[in-house]
Formats: sequence, C-alpha cells, structure tokens
Amino acid sequence: MPDLLQTVGFSPIRKEGAAKVLGQAKYVDDLSFPGMWFGATVRSSIARGRIVSITFDPAIPWDEFVIVTAADIPGQNTIVHLTHDHRCLASDRVNHPDEPILLLAHPDRAVLPAAVAGVHITYKELPGVFTIEESEAPNAPAIWSPAPADHQHSTQKNTFKTYLMESGDTSNLDHIFATADYIVEGEYRTGAQEQLYIENNGVIAEYSATDGVTVHGSLQCPYYLVHALELVFNLPEEKCRVIQTETGGAFGGKEDFPSVIGSHAALLAMKSGHPVKICYDRAEDMAGTTKRHPSRSRHRTAVSKDGKILAGEIDFALDGGAYATLTPVVLSRGTIHAPGPYHWPALRVRAKAMATNLPPHGAFRGFGAPQSIFATERHMNKIAKVVGLSPEELRRRNLLGIGDHTATGQLITDTVNMQHLLTRALDESSYHAKRAEFARTNPSSPIKRGMGFATFFHGAGFTGSGERRLNSLVHIELTPEGRPQILVSATEFGQGTNTILCQVAAETLHLPYEDVLIAQPDTSHVPNSGPTVASRTAMIVGKLVERASQSLRNTLSPYLPSTSETSTTPYTPAEFRSAALAYLAEHGTLVASARYEAPGDILWDDESYRGAAYPAYAWAVYVAEVAVDTTTYSATCTDFYALQEVGKVLHPVLAKGQIEGGVAQGIGYALYEKCVWQKGHMANNQMTNYIMPTSADLPPIRVAFEEIPSVHGPFGAKGIGELPMDGPAPAILNAIEDATGIAFTEIPLLPEDIFERMTSTPESGSEDLEPTNAGPYFSETTA
Amino acid sequence: MTQITLTINGETKTIEAPPMKRLLDLIREDLHLTGTKEGCGEGECGSCSVLMNGELVNSCLVPALQANGARICTIEGISTKGRLHPIQQCFLERGGAQCGICTPGMILATHHLLEKYPQPTLLQIQEGLAGNLCRCTGYTRIFDAVQQAILKTQQPTNN
Repeated sequence: MPDLLQTVGFSPIRKEGAAKVLGQAKYVDDLSFPGMWFGATVRSSIARGRIVSITFDPAIPWDEFVIVTAADIPGQNTIVHLTHDHRCLASDRVNHPDEPILLLAHPDRAVLPAAVAGVHITYKELPGVFTIEESEAPNAPAIWSPAPADHQHSTQKNTFKTYLMESGDTSNLDHIFATADYIVEGEYRTGAQEQLYIENNGVIAEYSATDGVTVHGSLQCPYYLVHALELVFNLPEEKCRVIQTETGGAFGGKEDFPSVIGSHAALLAMKSGHPVKICYDRAEDMAGTTKRHPSRSRHRTAVSKDGKILAGEIDFALDGGAYATLTPVVLSRGTIHAPGPYHWPALRVRAKAMATNLPPHGAFRGFGAPQSIFATERHMNKIAKVVGLSPEELRRRNLLGIGDHTATGQLITDTVNMQHLLTRALDESSYHAKRAEFARTNPSSPIKRGMGFATFFHGAGFTGSGERRLNSLVHIELTPEGRPQILVSATEFGQGTNTILCQVAAETLHLPYEDVLIAQPDTSHVPNSGPTVASRTAMIVGKLVERASQSLRNTLSPYLPSTSETSTTPYTPAEFRSAALAYLAEHGTLVASARYEAPGDILWDDESYRGAAYPAYAWAVYVAEVAVDTTTYSATCTDFYALQEVGKVLHPVLAKGQIEGGVAQGIGYALYEKCVWQKGHMANNQMTNYIMPTSADLPPIRVAFEEIPSVHGPFGAKGIGELPMDGPAPAILNAIEDATGIAFTEIPLLPEDIFERMTSTPESGSEDLEPTNAGPYFSETTA
Repeated sequence: MTQITLTINGETKTIEAPPMKRLLDLIREDLHLTGTKEGCGEGECGSCSVLMNGELVNSCLVPALQANGARICTIEGISTKGRLHPIQQCFLERGGAQCGICTPGMILATHHLLEKYPQPTLLQIQEGLAGNLCRCTGYTRIFDAVQQAILKTQQPTNN
C-alpha cells in the first residue's frame, strides 16, 4: 500500500502544466511592458572581412530609431563564456556570416525589417575557412591574426583547444599494433544540427541608472547571462538581474546564446531609455544562433582474432565555428565519451576543436558525446565484421563490467550489468527473430529491412572538476503562508525541473506534492545552483534540494510533533503548516540551504586528464529497425526500442517523455536534419527546408528502464536528459548496414546520399567492406 | 486600415487593422490572446493553429481581411469557465505537454481531428497532427493523450 504522501516514482501532474494546456503560460513574446520598444540586429552578409563603411538609407527616418554600435558598449566588447574571444558587436572585422554588427530599436516592431535592410555595410572580403580540413590545412588563412591571448597557447593557429587522453599501456602502442591480428581503421562524420526549439530566442531588457540591467528571457542558465552582462556593462553582479520566463524548448540552444541576445537588448534599453524586446524570427534564429558541432572521428584499432580490443587510437575533431563559446567543454565531453563502455588495454585519444568562419557552434543536448559515440558504435560494427563476429558478440567480449576501469581510469562501481542490458534489449526488441525474418524476406523485396543497435553510456553532471568549481547552492524558504518554496537557478524548459524538484522536496518533507512551491528563477531572489545543462538537474540539484529539505525539517523539528519510529508519516501537512507558521511568528523568515559537497571518491586531474570524469553514468542499449526503399532510396526507422539504466526514475511519465523526445531528435540527426552551408551561411534556415521529424515520420518508440539506485542523486536518481541523444544515430546506421550491406559512415544520411552510394562506386560517406575494395580505410595484418 | 468584424471564442469584436496583417498578430496584439504562438511564420510548425469556421488554419498565413465575418476559436476558447476541456486534461495527465509552446496548437489540432474522426486510428492521429511540430516529446505522449481524449469526448462538440 503506497504511502499517500509518496510522490517519488509516481507521476504527479507537471507543476506548470495547467497553465501550458490552457494557453495561459507566459513566454517572453507574450509579455509587454509599458513604453516597450522592439529591437533588431544588423548582421554581416559575408563570412570574413574588414568592415569598410556603414551607411544609412536616407529614405528611413533614422531619428525615430535608437542605434547601438560597439562604441556604445560601456564595458568590454565581449560575450564571456570560457574565453573572451567572442565580441558582443563586431566593430572593425567580421568572422562569420550573420555576425551582429549594429542594433536598432523602435517603438513599432513592424518598421524594423525595412530599417535593417536600410543599413548598408561594405566590406573588404577575406578568404574564409569553412571545414575542419580547410582550417587545419598548413596553408589555411589564420582566422585569428594575430591570435588573441586566449588562443596563444594553441599549437595550431586555428585550434581552439586540444586534449590528449591516454589510458593503459600507451608506451607500447606501436608494438601492440605491429603484432595485432587485425588493425581496423575507419573515418566517421557528423553534421551540424539545429536545436529547433519551437520558441525562438527572445528577451526583454530594462535599464536604470540606479538598479542596473534586468533581462527577462527564454533561457537555461540565468547566471551565465548575469556574468556576461557584468562585463558588457561593467557593473557588479548585484546590478545585473536575470529573470527566466516560461521557455519553449532549449536543448542547449538557450545555454550560451542568451548571453548574446540578452546583452544586445540591454544595450538598446540603456541607450533608448525604454524596455526593449528582441525576439528573433525563425530565419534569424536558425542563421544566427548556435548549432551542434560538426565532427570527424578517425579510429584505428588493434584487435585479436578472438575479437578482443587490444589498443586504439582515436582522433576526434570538432568544427567550433568562429568563436570558442563552449567548444572546449563540448570537446571534452566528446573526448571522454569516445571510448564508449568498452575496455581498452591501451588507448590514445587526440582531440581538437578547429575554428572556421561559420557562426559559432554551441551547446546541444549530448554536448560532443553524440558525435564521438556515433563514430565508436559504427566502428564496433566494422570491427565485428572484420573479425567475423556478430555485432553483439564483439561487444560482449569488450564491454566494461563492475570492477573495470573506464578509459580515464575511473573504477566502475555502479552495479550495472551491460551484458544483461544487452540481452534484455535484444530480446525485448525481437532483434534476432526480426533479423532472421528480414534475411528471408529481403532478397525478394525492394524494401530492405534491417536491425541495428548501439551500446553506450553518458556521464551525469559537469565533467571532471566542474561540479566542484560550480559550488552550487540551493535554498528552500517558507512563504508567509507556511509553505516550502524551492529557490534554484535550475530552469524549466519542458524537461520537468519544476516537477521533479518539488517531488524530491515533498517526499523529503513528508508533504503532499501540491504543497511544495518552486520560485520563478530570478537572480535577485534565487541562489546560483548552477546552469541547467549536462544532465545535472535531477542528480546534482535534486540532491541539494533533498539536503536543503532535510535541513528545513530539522530546523522545524522543535515545532513539529515528536516523531514516532513506526509511523511513515511523522506529521500531517496541517501540523507542518502550524509548525512553519509558529516558526515564522517567532523568527520572521526561514531559509534552509545546501551547498554542493564533492563526494570524497570523485577526483579528477585536469592536467593528466585522468580520474573520475563523472559522479555517475547512465547506461543504455538502443535497438533500431529500419526499412530502406531501394526505389526511392529513403531510409525510415520503423521501430525503436530504448533500454536504459538511469538510477531511480523520479517521475515515470516525464522520464519516458525525455527518452522519447531525445530519440526523436536522434532519429532526425541520423536521417533528416541537414544544415546546408553556403560560404558559412545556413542556406536552409527555415522549417520548410530544414526537416525535423513530424508525427507521421516517427516509429513507435518503446522505452524501458532498469533502476539501480545511485548514491549520488536524490532517492537514487541519475541524469537522463542527454543520454537518449547518443544512441539513435549509430543504431540506425548499423541497422541500415544490416539491411543493405552498405556501411555508411556519415550523418545526416539523406535519400540523395543513399542514391549516390547505391548507384555509383563507393564515395565519401560510405565505405566498402570487401577488403579488396576498401583501400586505405581497411588493413589487415596477421602477426 | 480596414474594419474587421469577427467572432472570437464566441464573442463578436470589431477591430481596425491593416488588411494584410496576419490573423496571428491580430489575435495576439489586438485581441490580447497570447495563447496562440508563433513558431516559424511560414505555416510549417502549426504553433499558431486556430479554428476558423471550424477548420484548422495556420493563423500566420491568414490575412486579417480574410477573417472578416469568420468564427475564430483559439486555445482560450477551448476551456469553459476555467475548467479544462477533456483534451487539455488528457494532455496534462499523459505528459502530452513538455515545454508547452506547441501545446495550444496541438490541442486545437486534436480538437479538429476528433470532430472529423471521433474514433481515429493511430495512423489518422499521426497524419492529423503532422502539421503541428513538437521538438520535445517525440509525439508518443501526445498520441497517448489523444487516445485517452477519444474515450472522454465521445460526443462531437461545436466550437
């Protein structure tokens, strides 16, 4: 008989859900302030060059407008992320198409597009660099010339960041490769991906000489924007206030970018003396804001004839775009996830992020891991084929288990059993039965069907020492009515932050879920509990909410009835409220806090790139079924099964929703979503021709959980948000290989790519697995 | 400027507006009903869906002039006296709304679908909602919500 107050593990109604289904939830564009003006951005039309002149069309009444240039910036002309290379507004030169140069504000939104078109900018154009290969070429133009201080440590002129991650007996790599039964090589690529939140980026800014800057906006990380505003306005933190409004999807696309649009609106507000709203339209949002980093992975693996991995070399490269934004951290997560959940006796991963003249790439769910996991999971299938094992058996011989160490040297203490997860996933997806069936039916059918899977893990929380540095703080206060209210900077943008944190507090406080409140994230009121990213909210912030709730309860304990050992409900909600009111009557206020405390056994060394990369990992096996139509050359995912071990599932409906939504984005990443670049400008910056999956495009997505409580999260929860982005693309391409015999190596994989490959000799984007045809990507030695 | 008279959620209103103003902007700016959202401005995402004379339309593609004399129903007209419509209740209970920005349009599309097919198959649901994009859910919870709503809305209603 469940406790009536039990809420963790159940699915109470989403906190802000009623407002959303009623259409009453207020997103930023639904808000209007007295005297509010509207802002617009004038952007570069070229990828790289010097600004020669800026002139204004005399037909436009410019005296009605406020115009902001870099010269109006009171502080530094920089958008701070990890470095200071990213300018708030370009002044003398531009480094990517659609780079902001000038800002306009006017009381009438309708006149702005013509005004933007009425600003004429001439340039002295310089040659641009648009791919990883062009950027790393010895004769490539230096995008940074001279390199700014942030980049001077780079060994290559266009390199943002490099990592070297070594594991095991790397001094002996040459010997291992020289004596291995097989050496398997492969190159894999992933394209840029647009987050495509349905609500575009938008903010409203206010400025006053006494109070400073206030920005209301659609965003994930209020304190990131606070810190960006501090530099742009040269103001102390307490004069930079950020309030998150209801946010219509984010997926990382509102992690770093709001620092740009928020600073812009605030500059216009300061100069105009009015609140200023900037809400991008879809075309501007897609062309001008961040995307997932394109990647290239090169694998070289030494394997024994019985299918044991002996050693590996992985070269992982990202296209960072024109400014660093969060690229070094994306590269880091991609690097650490590149080895996958496998045992590597010796491994060397060389990673680098290159600058190009594309708009800066930034955060997107998965944060580098989907890129490197795609490569590794395709490569595992290649190794299996070369060695003559099934993809399943090859993985079984190399999967990590309890007591093994990851490639960073982290001891696996989770009691997860990947062998069991694999068995269960293949069983419940009817993997073997379907493969047998397709082997019978494919030869006589123009539709070729196949099955594929991916085995992978995803680390929860900030990488390495990140959580120690964040040093997150959470408060719970009592409202004057005696209700507990959670104060965090963790934001809700659909994933369920409000709901799960209230569940954790309610369960800890023995109160009904409905009795717990969560405050709107407003940096004048909520502490910095860190950014809402990195699959950290449930595990890290949730744990702090649990501890703060315990602290609140302890403080109130003298006012509560004495607890009976046998009772599961130590007090009634009414008794809690009486105690709260009695406490408030005596003391005025009550705020309980909890600050992050790093687990003693979670240690990381940034220098050697070794240690416990994450407090905990979520483990998964995803299985895809595909159909490739050899008449239309379209590939469709026809069934999808997702099994994961994520610790305790706090809210089954929300958790399944996270997995299903992530899988859908992963299917889009694999088969539909292609950014078409023309000299660095996104040419298909419309929903009409950037194709995300509709309700008619997706297969049934069947979600299953294994729940092994983790010590790191509240009630045993681990992170979940990014995991489902990692598995679909490799599972689908593995299935397409099963269906067609063609080993495609690049995503997105569109019908034209399949057509190209099926109607011609092997070209880029695929490779032939016949050893005699395979050329340089395949070599075999017998020791 | 043109005088446009329309019935919005059962109430007749007359507005002065440029004839080519988007119905979406008329609803949001002149009628102050912000439940109707803009996602793409080109008729792809369906976030701005409203019912116009009982038909599902993308209000970003409808000039105000064309709405003259029309009956318009927005998300604000779906609930009655603050009570959730069964479709809204099912979206809420089944996890059909995550970030919520597509939800008003999705609920209107569902309303329209169930008027047309009171007992739709899964395929009819998938096709009926294919003009409304959702980036959060992968649609599974939305299908679930619609199927639950079928049980609760056996009788077609008129907007």
